[in-house]
Amino acid sequence: MSSMSAPKPAATEAPAADALDGSNGASHVGPASRVESLAVGPAVARHPGDTKAADVVKCLRDDSTLDPRTDPGLSSAEVIALYEAMLRTRVLDDRLVALQRQGRIGFHIGSLGEEASIIGSAFALRPQDWLFPCYREFGGALWRGMPLQRYVDNMFGNANDPAKGRQMPDHYCFRQAKVTSISSPIGTQITQAVGFAWAAKLKKDDLAAIVYFGEGATSSNEFHNGLNFAGVFKTPTIFFCRNNGWAISVPTERQTASRTFAEKAVAYGMPGVRVDGNDIFAVIKVTRDAVERAARGEGSTLIEAMTYRLSGHSTSDDPKAYRPDGTVDPWRAQDPMARLRRYLHKHHGWTDARDKELEASLDADLREAIKAAEATAGPSLESMFEDVFAEVPWHLAEQRDELVRGPRAKGHP
Amino acid sequence: MSGPTKSVRFREAIRMGMVEEMERDDRVYIVGEEVGHYQGAYKVTEGMLEKFGPKRVIDAPITESGFTGISIGAAMVGLRPIVEYMTWNFSAVAFDQILNNAAKMRQMSGGQLHVPIVFRAPNASAKQVGSQHSHAMEHFYAHVPGLKVVAPATCADAKGLMKTAIRDDDPVLYMESETLYNLKGDVPEDPEFTVPFGKASVARQGGDVTIVSWSRMVHVSLQAAEELAKEGLDVEVIDLRSLRPLDEEALVANVSKTHRAVVAYEGWPYGGVGAEVVDRIQRLAFDELDAPIERVTTLDYPMPYNAKLEQHVIPSAERVIEAVKRVAYRSA
Repeated sequence: MSSMSAPKPAATEAPAADALDGSNGASHVGPASRVESLAVGPAVARHPGDTKAADVVKCLRDDSTLDPRTDPGLSSAEVIALYEAMLRTRVLDDRLVALQRQGRIGFHIGSLGEEASIIGSAFALRPQDWLFPCYREFGGALWRGMPLQRYVDNMFGNANDPAKGRQMPDHYCFRQAKVTSISSPIGTQITQAVGFAWAAKLKKDDLAAIVYFGEGATSSNEFHNGLNFAGVFKTPTIFFCRNNGWAISVPTERQTASRTFAEKAVAYGMPGVRVDGNDIFAVIKVTRDAVERAARGEGSTLIEAMTYRLSGHSTSDDPKAYRPDGTVDPWRAQDPMARLRRYLHKHHGWTDARDKELEASLDADLREAIKAAEATAGPSLESMFEDVFAEVPWHLAEQRDELVRGPRAKGHP
Repeated sequence: MSGPTKSVRFREAIRMGMVEEMERDDRVYIVGEEVGHYQGAYKVTEGMLEKFGPKRVIDAPITESGFTGISIGAAMVGLRPIVEYMTWNFSAVAFDQILNNAAKMRQMSGGQLHVPIVFRAPNASAKQVGSQHSHAMEHFYAHVPGLKVVAPATCADAKGLMKTAIRDDDPVLYMESETLYNLKGDVPEDPEFTVPFGKASVARQGGDVTIVSWSRMVHVSLQAAEELAKEGLDVEVIDLRSLRPLDEEALVANVSKTHRAVVAYEGWPYGGVGAEVVDRIQRLAFDELDAPIERVTTLDYPMPYNAKLEQHVIPSAERVIEAVKRVAYRSA
């Protein structure tokens, strides 16, 4: 994996920078050629064309063949399993948004369009590796072994929710699958993953930690702190940046003046690599390389997966307010699901009928899980006071007993 | 205290606690700014790098939120970090990690993950270090369920509470005082000597008025008590030691004896641990009180640099004496 060789500015058809002051776009106009020669300009990946740049690792070609230089060499069964996991993620996104609109769950934060980045990188991990999610990575958590039912229980915050109904939907935690808890503040998981990996190295545990974040989090101090420590302490960490174009409503070019997010790795003394995040084969290739580097004791890697958030930030967001729907079309054409499906058709005898059958079966699984989750009671009042401390202190026990005695809000048994 | 003791300074007592626990448990490490080669900004970690090596006494890049987050991650995988901040003031930079992650990891993960970690640093006023270096941060942190906060005033408690903190499975915030580092006192040498959380101690016995205090202000209160003794007032001084959990029983039992209380501490008067103490006493021992409870606090003002001005802002023995006289209905 090479670090940054300055890529040529990609041709861009994206609308002129919608910066309020136009400062980012300004370096491209007028006589400021000296500035241009420093390759300062809008950050990339506002347009799928940017993924064609020479430094971006790619594998799945437009003609559905694989580039042998980056082919991770998957079996037919593996590719189909990956496709199934991606389709499950998409079915979930579809249903969970609907449930939120119906008022049956409070919130969902989806991964529409980012499935290849998430599932591909989770696939590339070894069983002993740990996954520190941002929050869109439920597909990865399911891949790692969090049962669908437990995830759906988390969406309803019921008694079977692994987080015991204490966290918002999509803030799951599943230790058995080596998936840690989710923190809403941006970037906080980055330093934790570095510390986790570093401690594991001290303990001589053979494991790596992958940490996910969006390109918006590269502005947080935790990104700087995390990468800096990882560089100094040579920790086995994989920094997986999903550059999906948007930090809620803030576009990539308002997030950095660097040409790419991957090139930030140079400053921390580690390799940075850009990958076509909608190409699952390429994602697997770069993540595997990073895991192998970590395992060899060579330290961390920053991966910038160039992808696109096809949905809003979450169910609390309406992207139409800041993103004309038409601008999304070029990315829809690069939909990672459609690309993998074409590949399956061409090489693995996939048919539309099998596709429909799979989707129907995934949907049926999900309906069952939702039914079961909705039928499951909420966590007990008593359970609320557990896990604040290792042991329930007297004052919490007192508070618990007082609450149990009542009076209680309507609807609470 | 039984068994052999050793006379040490406060900073050595803290160090003894850490060193003993690091010898006992190789999962314990200390990280912070200058804790290694420089031996700690206040020499608390003196000799520890030499003893344990750079893998367990770690000089971190200068970023509190960074080494806090990293240590929370390390604690999640089974290490038991001690995080030293140069002063508690700088923990503000890491507040998100402490508040949103260390304090809540066990709860948020449904008990699947937890963070056994000690955060320690000097706290509250020093001498002429201005408004940004004089915060009494225990009030911010004691507010948070999921955290435990302790603030020793004696050398023995400094050692014993440190050992308890390191052995605890939840995040513990350990408040030192720059002004106490040179204090001398006897500490037990027994490596199994610990001081339990949530147990106050009686620093001075007396029957007329109770002063509730902690950390440096215990010593200021004792000084006030000596002065008041000359005027015939017999003052009891309670050292809380542990701010969360709080020894409610001791408060109630004591006030039931003296019927009058003053809470003397550093920190602003608006809310805070002192207000919490007052609430507990008036709620649980209302009928025992013969006077309203008074508080002696830092003035409600950011700490000035000028030495003369500063003296008026930091709670003094004189102000404690006045307050004790007021609750005893003695004219000044």
